[in-house]
Amino acid sequence: MSSSHTDAHDDAPHFSLKDYGTGFALSVVLTAIPFWLVMSGALGDKTLTALVIAGFAVVQVVVHMIYFLHMNTKSQGGWNFLALVFTLILVGIVLSGSLWVMYHLNHNMMPMPHNMNELP
Amino acid sequence: MPNHDQTWSPLLGRLSLDALPLHEPILVATFAAVALGGIALLAALTYFRLWGYLWKEWFTSVDHKKIGIMYMVLGLVMFLRGFADALMMRVQQAVAFNGNEGFFPAHHYDQVFTAHGVIMIFFVAMPFVTGLMNFVVPLQIGARDVSFPFLNNFSFWMTASGAALVMASLFVGEFAQTGWLSYPPLSGLAYSPGVGVDYYIWALQIAGVGTTLSGINLIATIVKMRAPGMTMMRMPVFTWTALCTNVLIVASFPVLTAVLALLSLDRYVGTNFFTNDFGGSPMMYVNLIWIWGHPEVYILILPIFGVFSEVTSTFCSKRLFGYTSMVYASVVITVLSYIVWLHHFFTMGSGASVNSFFGITTMVISIPTGAKMFNWLFTMYRGRIRFELPMMWTVAFMLTFVIGGMTGVMLAVPPADFVLHNSLFLIAHFHNVIIGGVVFGTFAAINYWWPKAFGFKLDPFWGKVSFWCWVPGFWLAFTPLYIMGLMGVTRRMRVFDDASLQPYFIVAALGAGLIACGIGAMLVQYGVSIMRREQLRDETGDPWGGRTLEWSTSSPPPAYNFAFTPVIHDIDAWEDMKRNGVTRPLEGFRPIHMPRNTGAGIILAGISTVFGFAMIWHIWWMAIAGFATLLLTAIAHTFNTNRSYHISADMVAKTEAERTRQLATVEGA
Repeated sequence: MSSSHTDAHDDAPHFSLKDYGTGFALSVVLTAIPFWLVMSGALGDKTLTALVIAGFAVVQVVVHMIYFLHMNTKSQGGWNFLALVFTLILVGIVLSGSLWVMYHLNHNMMPMPHNMNELP
Repeated sequence: MPNHDQTWSPLLGRLSLDALPLHEPILVATFAAVALGGIALLAALTYFRLWGYLWKEWFTSVDHKKIGIMYMVLGLVMFLRGFADALMMRVQQAVAFNGNEGFFPAHHYDQVFTAHGVIMIFFVAMPFVTGLMNFVVPLQIGARDVSFPFLNNFSFWMTASGAALVMASLFVGEFAQTGWLSYPPLSGLAYSPGVGVDYYIWALQIAGVGTTLSGINLIATIVKMRAPGMTMMRMPVFTWTALCTNVLIVASFPVLTAVLALLSLDRYVGTNFFTNDFGGSPMMYVNLIWIWGHPEVYILILPIFGVFSEVTSTFCSKRLFGYTSMVYASVVITVLSYIVWLHHFFTMGSGASVNSFFGITTMVISIPTGAKMFNWLFTMYRGRIRFELPMMWTVAFMLTFVIGGMTGVMLAVPPADFVLHNSLFLIAHFHNVIIGGVVFGTFAAINYWWPKAFGFKLDPFWGKVSFWCWVPGFWLAFTPLYIMGLMGVTRRMRVFDDASLQPYFIVAALGAGLIACGIGAMLVQYGVSIMRREQLRDETGDPWGGRTLEWSTSSPPPAYNFAFTPVIHDIDAWEDMKRNGVTRPLEGFRPIHMPRNTGAGIILAGISTVFGFAMIWHIWWMAIAGFATLLLTAIAHTFNTNRSYHISADMVAKTEAERTRQLATVEGA
């Protein structure tokens, strides 16, 4: 690591107005399409619409990270990207693990009514 | 806002004279003792005119070394409180047989075991490891301070603020009666309507801010501020483990914050995240809090593994065996610690696939840990071992921790866990790894780095007295718990029906008494060493024949740590410099840019304490005013641009010349 750290952003890439413009345009388009899908009901199926919107949301997140948060695999000597990958892994573990655990909750339990007040 | 209490008033919320526990003689006596001691302390500070000194040199200091020492002092004070709780529980359990109720009413006993756990983890072990990392890491990587010195001071005071709230609960109101993790539905409003759980929530939330920020600070320090030439694979092992620990802190503490926030919503605005009805699930709380809780135990032990690595290689005068495998083992533990949390609740009802997955991942963690153990053993093998105090604690750790690790693997087997869950076996296991690991490691570290911090060694005689009380004391106190746990005795019991258990509890209480002697001897050791500091003085700055950079400075190090940033060529940088005869530069000093002290940290934390207290007692006006003041003070602090100063080149030259004279007397003698 270099010991000269006068400017916190010195090894971050410099972005131009064009990049911000691209990011903004992409964000608008990625927001407009889900709105149109819901308003027009073009896909017909509600579950399918929800899944498609979720897909657009993921793309939106990536667009924000690249064009607004200026993330790439090189900035800060790769530490930013490493931190992102680590975060994604942990969030993945926590979400999938919790879902798995919570759906497994009653596996070894006696069958019981959902509402405790209905117990005899 | 719902106010289930009948006695709520707009001015004082739930607070009234009834909140003072005047009906509990133990608490009244404790309060009298604490009040007298406190008054004596305050009077002494005033008499010796120490307030200005403390404020200017310590409370407002942004120097990582002083903040590290303040963390250790906080940890030590809270350790005495937590141990007093432990001693009382041991005595209670030793006498509460044959119809004898002991001296604790149930309401009080439940608070004591909860407070013991909360204090020992959050306000003893955490300050100890954070303090060690704060003091040592910048010195080991050749930096002048941490990345964000003000944030460091603020983090410390937020931790102290949380500790203050826990202590306040002793005399104003009550503490939680739920166990140290406050599982709902017991911790929900329906079953814990008092202020106890609210004290728990706000103490942890405020201290959690400090812990998270200090984690971010130390990661930034380690990643960005290493001396030139110190690649990742040349970092001292303690710094490596500190990095892993702080990554775990930053990744896991937000989960604790979120789950406690949800519990607060349940308690304050009537949501049903963790209630039994309306779709709430208490098990979701258990699941979430252990997603934080398991990494937490590795947050505590990883830096301590680093301490043992430094101590072993120093006192065997050898390079650490298997540096690379040590680093990879730490990283593997960091990741694995994230996929084992369910082993804390095998018995909750999941099926075989879930339980076996988490059982296997838990057992897998013992592989990197075992690799570390063998690395230390192989470092000792054919080394010239000097059995000074830090090394003695290290050997005691290796013998003790291995047993704790093996009982841990036993508990990782789900069918065995069904028998041992919530039994005293579990209590013995985790005290075995936390005392045998974190506490012994902290003592090794205190004995090891004390000369660096204060310029004189600790007295070895009283240190050995402490050691020989602590280690057998630990085994005497916890072996009976292992045995009773195997017989099925459960934890958190106040009275017992089966009189045949009493001998075991009496032995355990004797063990706790022996540990008390160990703690007493340790305090005597500090006192004696401070009084005999001239005889114990170390002028070299390198009393143990150290291998890492912190030993290249004077003891205590100057405010700026290093007059010139060292250049690193090898893993054990200082040992490499000594071997190659690198000489200290004696001229050409330049002014050094340093951060300026600020009172903002302690003021913000003080306001946070008031805010937390107001939230606990439902004093809404004070909470709103406190929060607004907090924000305004924080914003006002951002306008303070007078944040740094320069130590002039002359001043540096003077300090370094003094150091040269000091070294010359040592060589002349």
